[in-house]
Amino acid sequence: MSQSKYNPFSPVNRKLLLGPLNIENPITVQVLGICSALAVTAQMKPAIVMAASVIAVTAISNFVISILRNTIPPRIRIIVELVVIATLVILVDQVLKAYVYDVSKQLSVFVGLIITNCIIMGRLEAFALANKPFPSLLDGIGNGLGYGLVLITVSFFRELLGSGSVLGYKVIPEAFYDFGYRDNGFMILPPMALIIVGVIIWIQRSYVKSLVEKD
Amino acid sequence: MFSNKYIFIYSSVLVIVVAVLLALAATLLKPAQENNVKTEKMQQILQSAGIESPTKETISIYHKYITNELIINIEGEILSDFAQGEFIKGNERAFDLNLKEELRKLSGKTPTPKDVRLPLFVLMNDQKDTLFIIPLIGKGLWGPVWGNIALKSDKNTVAGVTFGHKSETPGLGAEISTPTFQNQFLGKQIFDENGDFTSIKVVKGGVANSSLNPIHGVDAISGGTITSKGVNNMLEICLKNYESFLKTK
Repeated sequence: MSQSKYNPFSPVNRKLLLGPLNIENPITVQVLGICSALAVTAQMKPAIVMAASVIAVTAISNFVISILRNTIPPRIRIIVELVVIATLVILVDQVLKAYVYDVSKQLSVFVGLIITNCIIMGRLEAFALANKPFPSLLDGIGNGLGYGLVLITVSFFRELLGSGSVLGYKVIPEAFYDFGYRDNGFMILPPMALIIVGVIIWIQRSYVKSLVEKD
Repeated sequence: MFSNKYIFIYSSVLVIVVAVLLALAATLLKPAQENNVKTEKMQQILQSAGIESPTKETISIYHKYITNELIINIEGEILSDFAQGEFIKGNERAFDLNLKEELRKLSGKTPTPKDVRLPLFVLMNDQKDTLFIIPLIGKGLWGPVWGNIALKSDKNTVAGVTFGHKSETPGLGAEISTPTFQNQFLGKQIFDENGDFTSIKVVKGGVANSSLNPIHGVDAISGGTITSKGVNNMLEICLKNYESFLKTK
């Protein structure tokens, strides 16, 4: 395949980018990264910042490792991967602390814990070490988006039903409260995130039959 | 296929590149981060007096309401007075004082408690009432707790409090930072009718069930006993230092 014929948006590349949004979704299909998905989805704003942080880290670490892939000695490859991920996560954390301080306080340790997020390590091992930089970048963005999509969906329902707001703006009119409507406090607690993720998996599987295990 | 030498050089170069990158980022972003911490401190001081300030305008709102930043010693003498951007006395701002270090001196033996410098903020609110704001630092169950308490011009009645915490248990100890807990303090008094210092007690089991005069106590948080005790001790230890100052009318 010569460079001039290379199509950056070939069907193969498109599949790398969009596959993780649905049939290869890291949360609902591979069930990775659940811990942070439960912790940061009580409101939409932290969830969006977290999603953006993970997208940045997966994309850049995939890209960097893919560039280095032929120079990395196999015996220390996990260490090298970890150094790259940890560096990126620290950078993200520093930037958040400098520019979105209040959100960074809400996310607290979970930004640091991106280092241990299985999605990132998994993509480096499974994809970036064996593929060229550009497809790796797409794969990284795709998986980050897949993670972010679930995070934002979950946080939307949790914030709407738990606090009656979306992105911090009240959307449920005061009149509802006067008629006895109450916000569901349970929505703010982590177990509800697990239930919503479960519901998302259920809906996804009822549409995408190929994901249903045969027994 | 890769020699040991290659591996050593490879990892050394990698680590050096990463170190330079991180050092650079930390240095470049430090001013913005410190600014955020300062803004937050200002917001908390203002909040204890019931003044909400959006992050972008905090600094100007702070300078509008805070009339004096005082540093006093344990005998109530004013060591430093910073007002409207100028030093009236001394050359240190109460805002920059490290309260934790100063309180440590109290428990230490060598320097006498007289050396302890205490920050105090004087605020004039929209109703032209003068409020005295005292910063607080103490220990919770899992980590530090802190806060600010605003006293009315009689230097006795509480006009407002805020509490913050690093890592108290959500739903239990962490409740100290909710308005439900903080609003209990409104109107409480730290001196009894004889003028003796009583502090404000955080009472386990509820003030109503204790022998304490309800004007000197608030209800502790059920399930958050150690955090409540931490708040109780923080109030007592920090406010005690200001006793002489608060007694002078």
